[in-house]
Amino acid sequence: MQRIAVIDYGMGNLRSVAKAVEQVAPDDEVVVTNDATMLASADRLICPGQGAAADCMAALNAASLAAQIKDMVGTKPFLGICMGLQVLLTESEENNGVSCINVVPGFVKRFDNPLLDEHQVRLKVPHMGWSKVQQRNNSKMWQGIDDNARFYFAHSYYCEPDDPAQIAAVCHYGHTFAVAVQQKNLFACQFHPEKSANDGLQLLKNFTQWDGEPC
Amino acid sequence: MGLAKRIIPCLDVDAGRVVKGVKFLDIRDAGDPVSVARGYNEAGADEITFLDITASSDQRATMVNVVEQVASEVFIPLTVGGGIREVADVRRMLNAGADKVSINTAAVHNPELVREASDKVGAQCIVVAIDAKAVNAPEEPPRWEIFTHGGRKPTGIDAVEWAVKMAEMGAGELLLTSMDRDGTKVGFDLGVTKAISDAVEIPIIASGGVGNLQHLCDGVEQGGADAVLAASIFHFGEYTVAEAKAYMHERGIEVRL
Repeated sequence: MQRIAVIDYGMGNLRSVAKAVEQVAPDDEVVVTNDATMLASADRLICPGQGAAADCMAALNAASLAAQIKDMVGTKPFLGICMGLQVLLTESEENNGVSCINVVPGFVKRFDNPLLDEHQVRLKVPHMGWSKVQQRNNSKMWQGIDDNARFYFAHSYYCEPDDPAQIAAVCHYGHTFAVAVQQKNLFACQFHPEKSANDGLQLLKNFTQWDGEPC
Repeated sequence: MGLAKRIIPCLDVDAGRVVKGVKFLDIRDAGDPVSVARGYNEAGADEITFLDITASSDQRATMVNVVEQVASEVFIPLTVGGGIREVADVRRMLNAGADKVSINTAAVHNPELVREASDKVGAQCIVVAIDAKAVNAPEEPPRWEIFTHGGRKPTGIDAVEWAVKMAEMGAGELLLTSMDRDGTKVGFDLGVTKAISDAVEIPIIASGGVGNLQHLCDGVEQGGADAVLAASIFHFGEYTVAEAKAYMHERGIEVRL
């Protein structure tokens, strides 16, 4: 039995993430916690998150979690989800600019307004619903998931990592942008695996079994 | 290309049970929310909306339990509406496992609630439900107004202007119900759907009036809806969600198959 910790910084739907992980890893211990000792003792970490960048970073900093995440990334398998991806980058342009944890160099940008498709038709923002996720690496995180499978998104900001080699998947909505990044044993996605039906559960299952090797 | 149009079954929940209203009068018990939601998930629903129609406030807590139970077993997005009056109500539902919370009458009485909630939990979690009714005389150009209390109370507020205001205040999505069409099975009010969809940047869910699968296509193609919501055609087994998706797909609408 291993311990999987869902990092609790008071932002977002932690319960759904924990329940989805329990579903795919019934023999593991899933804890929702902000306790430093508990996080340090966990075998795997999941950082979810919802809400505005400024509030998320403020909550992470207030609980000294930003520093802990920075220290722990690389030491054990780490999964970031939605804001849990965006906070890993260097800076977000949300809320007039927010400094983030900076373990994945790059920026978080807002979709253009208006966001137009190739026929100059306006697209809705937030990007909300099920979009095709095009895999860009052969990570073990994609095992059992078809290329271009649909995952559930709900976001107005997207990530632009400095190093294109870290992009694990892209999506096309107005333009092509990164929706998953991977850096050694860190994997983080813009979409919500805990809300993406069977393919989402498969990705979470892959994470619970991931040895942290890139591919 | 890319983003699928969503099909959203809507479930009315009264004191913890799913109910089906038949011709607005007879309320029939249709079962346990978890098993109904599970069935819709298996049929390919892209999202599920729960509308709490519990009349008595002391049974409101029941809805939190319903959301917790469903969110523990059904891993697709859940929207919850009905009885949301303050930010604490929004938080309670999100913490229970809802992904989005729908605010209706409370937004009309206190528009600042939308801004406050959106600032706290993020626009992507806030749906504003708009109940609109045509108010123009037959010879006049079309105009719609907002009604509250299930379409009984006029507010004098123009529906398109209201939609723009709600988007500005931080709604992440609008659930638009035509009170003229609700329960009629003659199709969405495509005029108001298109007018609002064109006026705002955020996604629109069309609701009210679905009687067949072509109506769903019309909502997307003519109404400009990003998602279509229906209750009775799915509840009474006239069509399955899978059939609806196959029909839309055959007509060239991008859906999640």
